[in-house]
Amino acid sequence: MAATVGRICGARLLKNYGLVGPQVCQLSTNAQGWTKSRKLLLSTLGVIGGGAGALLFALEQSVDASGTEAHPYHQPWSHNGLFQALDHASVRRGYEVYKQVCKACHSLQYVAFRNLVNVTHTEAEAKAEAAEVMIKDGPDEEGNYFERPGKLSDYFPSPYPNENAARAANNGAYPPDLSLIVLGRKGGEDYIFSLLTGYTEPPAGVVLREGQNYNPYFPGGAIAMAQVLFDEAAEYSDGTPATASQLAKDVSTFLRWCSEPELDDRRLMTIKAIGIFSTLAAIVYYYKRHKWSTLKSRKLAYKPVSKK
Amino acid sequence: MSLWSELNRNVFKRTSTFALVVAGGTFFFERTFEVISVGIFESINKGKLWKDIKHKYEE
Repeated sequence: MAATVGRICGARLLKNYGLVGPQVCQLSTNAQGWTKSRKLLLSTLGVIGGGAGALLFALEQSVDASGTEAHPYHQPWSHNGLFQALDHASVRRGYEVYKQVCKACHSLQYVAFRNLVNVTHTEAEAKAEAAEVMIKDGPDEEGNYFERPGKLSDYFPSPYPNENAARAANNGAYPPDLSLIVLGRKGGEDYIFSLLTGYTEPPAGVVLREGQNYNPYFPGGAIAMAQVLFDEAAEYSDGTPATASQLAKDVSTFLRWCSEPELDDRRLMTIKAIGIFSTLAAIVYYYKRHKWSTLKSRKLAYKPVSKK
Repeated sequence: MSLWSELNRNVFKRTSTFALVVAGGTFFFERTFEVISVGIFESINKGKLWKDIKHKYEE
């Protein structure tokens, strides 16, 4: 690899473009720094790049401001921050909310019961959770499909066999799969929380069709899903008071875990990366000083040829 | 004789001992680094992790 690069552009790698640094430039009367055209090219590129970035930012802001929907408030999630892991007690409660409320309409087809093990449930508990549901399996020896209790390796069963059935049962609206919903919606868990707790009466002038509800956080305002989270809408096994906002908070945390089960690993990896890279930076700094010490401490002496 | 030149003479000069020191050093560095990082992570997130709540659910 290195040999190939060397063969193709060896001479160019050795050439001094005047970029090495002020010390070398000062040592040689030959190096003039950047040429005028090079300066012009680089500053043009810089202006174009910066301008494009600013334009994109401004466009995005104006699109945000032009809609009619309300923007979700940033909640102080316990997993906000570079090093903060998910609150697993909250994820466990969120699973209970999903199981008792959301599961009636929303699928969670990319999460399996085995994923709960050592995250929210012990292995025995996860097996018991899996055994509660019936999974369609088959074909057996006679070619028939049959139902059996779930196992750890099964994914969460969907409430409807397909999208058409889901639409037919829900007034034409399709309840989206929740596996990746936090990553798939702008605002993430802030949006989910605001949506779940933000149902209001429609303001004057907004006409809703039958089966629609008004939610200012939903783009367009008219949402087919009715308000489902009320105080005591679900029961917690750990005795936490099941207020509507507590339910919404826990289910949002649970859905964040569904979308990003590797979150805790990433937080740990941040700590490790900071440690490793600061060690490497120290080594590189020392090595640079070491290698440059001869260059920086040398003296160039001009010795005139003596005339006899 | 300083420690550094002692090391240089007995360890780094011969490839076999040098490779051995690299392999052993890697093992001990990785273990220490991992234990320290996980320790920091767990002390920051005390009470939130599964290991902090699992005693409630295990028989």
